[in-house]
Amino acid sequence: MAEVLVYVDHVDGAVRKPTLELLTLARRIGDPVAVHLGAGADTAAATLAEYGAARVLTADAPEFADYLVAPKVDALQAAYDAVSPAAVLLPSSAEGKEIAARLALRIGAGLITDAVDLEAGDSGPVATQSVFAASFTTRSRVTKGTPVITVKPNSAAPEAAQAAGSVEQLSVTFGETSTGTKVVSRTPRESTGRPELTEAAIVVSGGRGVNGAENFSVIENLADALGAAVGASRAAVDAGWYPHTHQVGQTGKTVSPQLYIAAGISGAIQHRAGMQTSKTIVAVNKDAEAPIFELVDYGVVGDLFQVLPQLTEEIKARKG
Amino acid sequence: MSLRIVVCVKYVPDATGDRHFADDLTVDRDDVDGLLSELDEYAVEQALQIAENADDAEVTILTVGPEDARDALRKALSMGADKAVHVEDDDLHGTDVIGTSLVLAKAIEKTGYDLVVCGMASTDGSMGVLPALLAERLGVPQVTLLSEVSVEDGTVTGRRDGDAATEHLQASLPAVISVTDQSGEARYPSFKGIMAAKKKPVTSLDLDDLDIDADEVGLTGSWTAVDEATERPARTAGTIVTDEGEGAKQLAEFLAGQKFI
Ligand SMILES: Cc1cc2nc3c(=O)[nH]c(=O)nc-3n(C[C@H](O)[C@H](O)[C@H](O)COP(=O)(O)OP(=O)(O)OC[C@H]3O[C@@H](n4cnc5c(N)ncnc54)[C@H](O)[C@@H]3O)c2cc1C
Ligand SMILES: Nc1ncnc2c1ncn2[C@@H]1O[C@H](COP(=O)(O)O)[C@@H](O)[C@H]1O
Repeated sequence: MAEVLVYVDHVDGAVRKPTLELLTLARRIGDPVAVHLGAGADTAAATLAEYGAARVLTADAPEFADYLVAPKVDALQAAYDAVSPAAVLLPSSAEGKEIAARLALRIGAGLITDAVDLEAGDSGPVATQSVFAASFTTRSRVTKGTPVITVKPNSAAPEAAQAAGSVEQLSVTFGETSTGTKVVSRTPRESTGRPELTEAAIVVSGGRGVNGAENFSVIENLADALGAAVGASRAAVDAGWYPHTHQVGQTGKTVSPQLYIAAGISGAIQHRAGMQTSKTIVAVNKDAEAPIFELVDYGVVGDLFQVLPQLTEEIKARKG
Repeated sequence: MSLRIVVCVKYVPDATGDRHFADDLTVDRDDVDGLLSELDEYAVEQALQIAENADDAEVTILTVGPEDARDALRKALSMGADKAVHVEDDDLHGTDVIGTSLVLAKAIEKTGYDLVVCGMASTDGSMGVLPALLAERLGVPQVTLLSEVSVEDGTVTGRRDGDAATEHLQASLPAVISVTDQSGEARYPSFKGIMAAKKKPVTSLDLDDLDIDADEVGLTGSWTAVDEATERPARTAGTIVTDEGEGAKQLAEFLAGQKFI
C-alpha cells in the first residue's frame, strides 16, 4: 500500500490531538509515515504507533527552533524525497499551512488547506472544505503532483490502530534561505488549565454583552461547570477583556465542538465563520432580534448576568 | 537609498453580501459587490507607518484581479500610498493560490522591492498562505502573521502571537511580511487623500508583460479542482424561550436532554 506522510505537531514529544486525527484520516488513503521534527521522537513514537504510524522519521537540529518555518520545509521535503508518498498531510495551524504551501510549491504539487474531512477517491484523495463563513461545503482534489493537504482540528475522531512505529533518522541539509528569519525569543503561552479551544467538546464564549474583563468570570464559571473551553468574540477581544488567543471567528479560531454556548454575542458573519459547524448551538442574548438566534438549537432571550450564574448553579447541583 | 515597499491587496466579494459560486465553481465575483479586503487594510496601514518612519520610502499597491479591483487600489491610494500596479488578464480567471503567487512574484520583481507587505489572509479564500509562497518564490525571508512590526537599518523585526507561543522575529531585507488584524486599526482616507488618489499613477500589466504563459494560470493552470459546492442547509429553527426567571432551568433541562450534563 502507498505511504502517506503525516507531519507531527507536538510539544517536546507530547503529540497533540490533531495529529492523531491526521493519522486516522491518513489510514483511509495509505500507510501513515509520521515526520517528527525536534526533540522527543522516542516518546512520541509510542503514541504515533498506537494511532497507526508504520514508521516515524525524525530529525532534530537547533535550526527548527531558531528559525521560522523554512528549516521545517527542508526537513519535510527530505522526508518526501525519501518516501515518495501518495499524499502529505499537515495540521491546519498557521505554521502547518505555511510549511504545506512552501513544500507544495517546491515539489510542484497542488495544495488544499483547511480540509474538514478526507476520503480516498478514484483520482486521489477528496477533501471536504467549509467556505464562505461555513455557508458552503466544497469537495476538491489536487490535480497535479502529490496532494499536500492541511486538515482542521476536530475533523475526525482519533481511532487507535496499532502499527510498528519504528523510528528512523532522517538526514536533512538546510538550504541557504532556510535561516533567513531568526526567532529572537519565544515565550510559550501559559496553560489555563482548561481544554484547548479548538479541541474542546464544549465551548462557552462571551461577547460585548459581557461588558468588562472582570465580568468574564461569569463565562469562566459556566465553562468550568461544563468542563468547557472559553471563547470570545472579536468585540470582547478588541476591548481588551479577553486574550486574542481565545477569539472565535474568521480572524480567530475555528471551533466545531459538540456544544457551543454564545453569551452576549450578536452573531456577525465573521463570528459565525468560526463556530457555525458546531453540532449544537445555544445562545443567551437579551435582544430577541439578534442574528445568532437564527443558528441556535436552543436560545434564551434574557440577561446573561441572570441566566448564566443560575445555569452554572443548576449544572453543579445536577452533577452533585 | 529609498525603501521600496510593495503592498499586496486583494479585491474580494463583500462578506456581508450573498457570496456564492459561479457555474464553473469559481468564486462569483460579478453578482456580489466587491471591496478592498478588510484584512489588507491592515497591511496598507503598516506599510504607510513603516514608510513614515523611514528617511525616504515609496509605497506601491499591487493587486491581481478583475477590472473592478481598481476600486481596491484607489482605496489604498487614498489612504496615502504613492502608486499602484494592477495585473489584469482574462486568462487569469480561476487561478489558484499557487498561480496567483507566480503572478504576484513576477510583478513584484518587475516593480522592484525591499519589503513586501501582505494581509494575514484573504477574506474570500482565506488560506493565509500566499505570503509564505511569495517568500519561497522570491527566495527571501518570510516574517509572517505579525501583530507588531518595525523596520530599521535594513532589518525587519516583529512579534508573532502564535497558538503555542509569542515569538519575536528578525530578518534582513529584502523580505516578505504579513500583518494581522491585531496590528492596529487602519486609517480612514481623508478628503484630501481621496482627491490626491485620483492623480496617482496606476500601471496596468498583463500576462505578456510578466512573461507568463496563459496555461500556467487560470483554471487550466490550477493544480487543484473543485468538483462540488453545496450550500449548507439552513439550520432547522430551534427552540427560543424568553427568560422570566425560569430561563436557566429550561436551558439546563435542554442540556440534560442532550446529555451535556
Ligand atoms: C475582517 C473582519 C474580521 C473579523 N473577524 C472576527 C472574528 O474572528 N470573530 C468575531 O467574533 N468577530 C470578528 N469580526 C467582527 C464582527 O464583525 C463583529 O463586530 C463582532 O463579532 C461583534 O462581537 P459581539 O457579537 O460580541 O458584539 P455586538 O455585535 O455588539 O453584540 C453584542 C450582543 O450582546 C447582547 N447583550 C448585551 N448585553 C447583554 C446582556 N447583559 N445579556 C445578554 N446579551 C447582552 C446584545 O444584545 C448584542 O446582541 C470581524 C470583522 C471584520 C471586518
Ligand atoms: N489576487 C491578489 N492580489 C494581490 N494580493 C493578494 C491576492 N491574493 C492574496 N493576496 C495577498 O495575500 C494575502 C493572503 O492571501 P491568501 O493566502 O489568499 O489568504 C492577502 O492578505 C493579500 O495581501
